[in-house]
This record gives sequence, structure tokens and C-alpha cells, in this order.
Amino acid sequence: MKIAVCIKQVPKTTEIRIDPVTNTLIRDGIPSIINPDDKSALEVALRIKEQTGAEIHVVCMGPGQAEIALREALAMGADEAYLVTDRAFAGSDTLATSTIIADALKYVGFDYIIAGRQAIDGDTAQVGPQIAEHLGIPQITYCADFNYDKQNNVFKVKRQLEDRYQILSVAGPALFTVLSSSITPRYMNVADIIAQDDKELHILTYADLQCNTEHIGLKGSPTKVKSTFTKQYNSDKQLVDTTPEEAARIIAELLKAKHII
Amino acid sequence: MKKRILVFCEQRDGEIANVSLELLGIATQLASTSNQEVCAMIGGYNISNLPKTLVEYGADIVYIADDKNLEHYLTEQYAQAISHIIKTCAPNIVLFPATSIGRDLAPRLSARLHTGLTADCTKLEVDEEGSLFMTRPAFGGNLFATIICPNHKPQMSTVRPGVMQKNQPDSNRKGEVIDVKVPFDGTKFAVKLVEEKIEKSTEPPIEGAKILVSVGRGMEKNIDQVREFADRIGGVVGCSRAVVDGGILPQCKQVGQTGKTVRPQLYLALGISGAVQHLAGMSDSEFIVAINKDKEATIFGIAQLGVVGDASAILPHLIKQIEMMK
Repeated sequence: MKIAVCIKQVPKTTEIRIDPVTNTLIRDGIPSIINPDDKSALEVALRIKEQTGAEIHVVCMGPGQAEIALREALAMGADEAYLVTDRAFAGSDTLATSTIIADALKYVGFDYIIAGRQAIDGDTAQVGPQIAEHLGIPQITYCADFNYDKQNNVFKVKRQLEDRYQILSVAGPALFTVLSSSITPRYMNVADIIAQDDKELHILTYADLQCNTEHIGLKGSPTKVKSTFTKQYNSDKQLVDTTPEEAARIIAELLKAKHII
Repeated sequence: MKKRILVFCEQRDGEIANVSLELLGIATQLASTSNQEVCAMIGGYNISNLPKTLVEYGADIVYIADDKNLEHYLTEQYAQAISHIIKTCAPNIVLFPATSIGRDLAPRLSARLHTGLTADCTKLEVDEEGSLFMTRPAFGGNLFATIICPNHKPQMSTVRPGVMQKNQPDSNRKGEVIDVKVPFDGTKFAVKLVEEKIEKSTEPPIEGAKILVSVGRGMEKNIDQVREFADRIGGVVGCSRAVVDGGILPQCKQVGQTGKTVRPQLYLALGISGAVQHLAGMSDSEFIVAINKDKEATIFGIAQLGVVGDASAILPHLIKQIEMMK
């Protein structure tokens, strides 16, 4: 069995701050990480590998520095790593990105594809289902638990919705997206970190994938960013610093004034 | 013919999801500024009673696909039904709820129809020609972007629950109901439903609560007291992500970018510092009261009343005060 895992390198958005003077994002010095949901996707694949001996091929689209994310995936136990990178891919929206990654996955080959539900920089959760549609394979998103039935060669997965869960079964090929809240990824050990140094990354460019130029990059993206802005919070503000008794009295007065009590 | 805005209305077990009605609300607003029609589509099994409600809440035309194949939500079945309806209706705009169903379905369809999709919009505007301006948070709520889809149709977006306002239902409103027979291709139904189990939460939902008492990590130990306080003022308990990660409250209680979007009349933030991810989910609350030990906490930047102090020390006094005032 061959499992392709899609990962993205993202800035650690929890550490991003807004520059109060220029009102822009401060991205300098913000560490890059494997997107948390994607890391859990890799963990799922590695657990299946332990159970079945599956081969794990990790695919990441991004600039050259995304090699670090792929090296980390190798150190966690992935077998092969592919960096999908080309200037022609720059400016792609989710649909264009999914076109490129789908072409890369065709190149790499797979029985199953596992990806994270969504990336913390964009939070769209769109690229996974779009890849599945391009490849003409079924998708199961928001997966919280996986069971592989070796005898029947099917996956039984738990799909978590807001008010319920579904147990769904599917035979490959299929694409799954994973929730990081339910699957905790392993740590790399030192031996694996050293061992992955000898592994070569596969670089896939436009020349390798022969994507439809009409459907990739800025030009091939149906959606365009018209403007970006940071939110300005301003209101009539009152800040009090007093004893707990007095603070409680001020809040209680407010609740009374608002007819809550 | 007028241009059309089509709303995918989600129902679960024959009950229309609140967010579907919110989407009809924003669709009505957009339609009136750009002279468009509001269409709704709804799929399921034995749901013939539902179109009436959708008309009452603003739909001019309802496309209903009542079919055994649509009894439970499954991606391919619903994707086939909706792409068939989109072909019939030829909308200019399609709106989906940003739920675990809408966020599964909409991207699948955007690839099938080869058109753009903007996720988790918190604001939608339209110009006179019907071009859609879709605003959404990115980078964990640090940045907002307005997205357009100029050369592809339909323009599609998912919209977060709790963000848009419903119309007042009007039982005299008239609309057309179109019964759709979907030409299903069953050979593509590769995913089988083994089991579906509803997980009824014993906790009251934070969506739609008028008063929300939201707690941060510092208040975990006092959660019983927080509940007591919330009960006394008719409020519901919510929390920041840290409290969910700490296992104190379930995920359905989480306010913020990766949780729920809320806009209660009163939001009481107890021991919440105000990470942008949290603010992204509650900054539109009508009135915000924040208690935090750190007088530099970002939550004070948006709170109308900020109290520097230890919420766990203030809370017992507050409960006593309320008792006295009643």
C-alpha cells in the first residue's frame, strides 16, 4: 500500500503580531512549522505503516525553505519526500493549488491520500476536497479516527460533525482529511533526525508535472485578493483598577443598568 | 431574467439549521442592493414540509431534492444533487454554511464547476452588477482579506454560523417551490455509511446566547463558580481555546477562529487575555466586559468595561452583590 501525505509549511500564526504603528503583520522571526492538522495526517499514515508496512510519500508545495518541513516528515518516519516548487505556481489560490498538488500526486502515485483538515494560515479547508475532485476519487473530511480492515482492504473512519459522528467505510483510492485535535503526532528521535540527512528530496517543478497553465498560478486562480486590512478596535472604553469588592459593585451596577439583574 | 443568489440550506434530521436562515437573511440584503432573486436549495428525505419555512425567511424560489439518497449527508450524493440544481438555477452567487457539511461540499463543487470559493466569510457585500466582495479573516484572525471572483460563475462562499442576521419570518410571504428529480449516478457512491450517531450535548449552546460568560485558562479551577454566576444572570458559559485544550470544557464551548463566532448582547471575559484568534470570534459582541490581572491584556483594547484584577477573587463578591440587588 502506498500512502501519499500532503503537508504545508506555515508560519506559527499564534506568534504573529500586528505592528501597532504601520498596522501590518510582523512576520519576521516567526518560526515556520508543519501545519498541525497535516502533522496529524502524517501521524495517521505512520500508524498505518506500522500496522501494514505501507510506504509513506510526503508531498509539500512551497518555496525552497519548505525543505525543512519535509526533512522533519522524513525524521518522523516518512519514506520519500517531494517538494513541489516553481515560480509558475506562485500566487495560486486554493483551486489552482489543488490543481498543482493533484498533478503532483498523480506523478507520485498513491492508494490513499491523507491531508490535514485545514492550514492555520488560511483556515480554508478547501484544498483537500478540491484535490479529491480533480483526481476523481472519494473524500472523507474531518476524520477523527481510522481503522484499517486488512481482510477486506477497506478503511473505516470516524467523521466528526458538530452534533454527531459518522462511521464511514471506503476502499481505495480515497482522500482523507484529519483533525489534529484527535490525533497527537509523535516526536522525532535523534537517530531518525540524523538518518534522514542521507535521504534525497525529490524536487517536482512545472516541467515535471506539465500542469495546465490556464489553471495554475495567479492567472489560473478564479479568486483574487482585492484588499487586506487589520481590524481596528476602538470604542468608548473604561478601565478600572480597584479592590475586588469595588470591582464587583461596578460590574453589578452595569448588569442592573442593562436590566440583566 | 434577474440574476440569482442560491443558498444551500442545511437540514439535520428534518430540522433546518439556524445558519441556513442566517444565509437567507444576508442573501435578501444582497439581492435588494443588486436586484437579484433569492433561491434556496434543500436536500434530504421526507422533507416536503421544509420549503414553506425557507420562503417565510426570504427565499423567492425553493429547489427541493427529496430523495432516499440524501437521507444522510454523504459528499458525492449531495455534490451530484447540488451541481444538478446549480445547472438548473444558473445562479450568480452560491452561499454555503461554513459547517462541517458546507466546508466538505463547497470545495468539492468549486473543483467540479471550476469556479472560485472563499471560505469562512464574515462579511459579504455586492455591487450593482452583482459582483460579490467576500471578507474573511486569515492568519488566525490577524489579517482580514476582501476576495473577489471576477471571471468565473457562480461566485461561491461559505459563511460562518452566528455572523449574519436572520430575517423576521413572514407567514404571508409567497414563493415558488420546485421539486427536483436528481439524475443520480450511483456508480460514484464509493463511501458507505456504517453508522451515524447523534451526540447530544448536555451543555447549553453558546451560539445565539444573549449573555455569554467566557473563561480563560486562569479560571479553570473556578468553573463551578462560573457556572453558578452564569446561571444567576441567565447566561451561558463559553471559553477560550486553552480551556478546551486543558480538557475542562468541550470543543463546542470554544469561542474564536477555530471555535464558534458569537455576538451576544453581553460578553463577559473572565481571565481571557484576548489572543487575536479569540477576538476573531467575539469582537462583534454588543457590550464587552473583561476582567484580567494583566492591565496590558489585549482584551482591554476592545472591552467597553475593563477591570484589572483577579476574576476568581471578584466573582464571589459579584455573586453576593447580585443576590443583594435582586
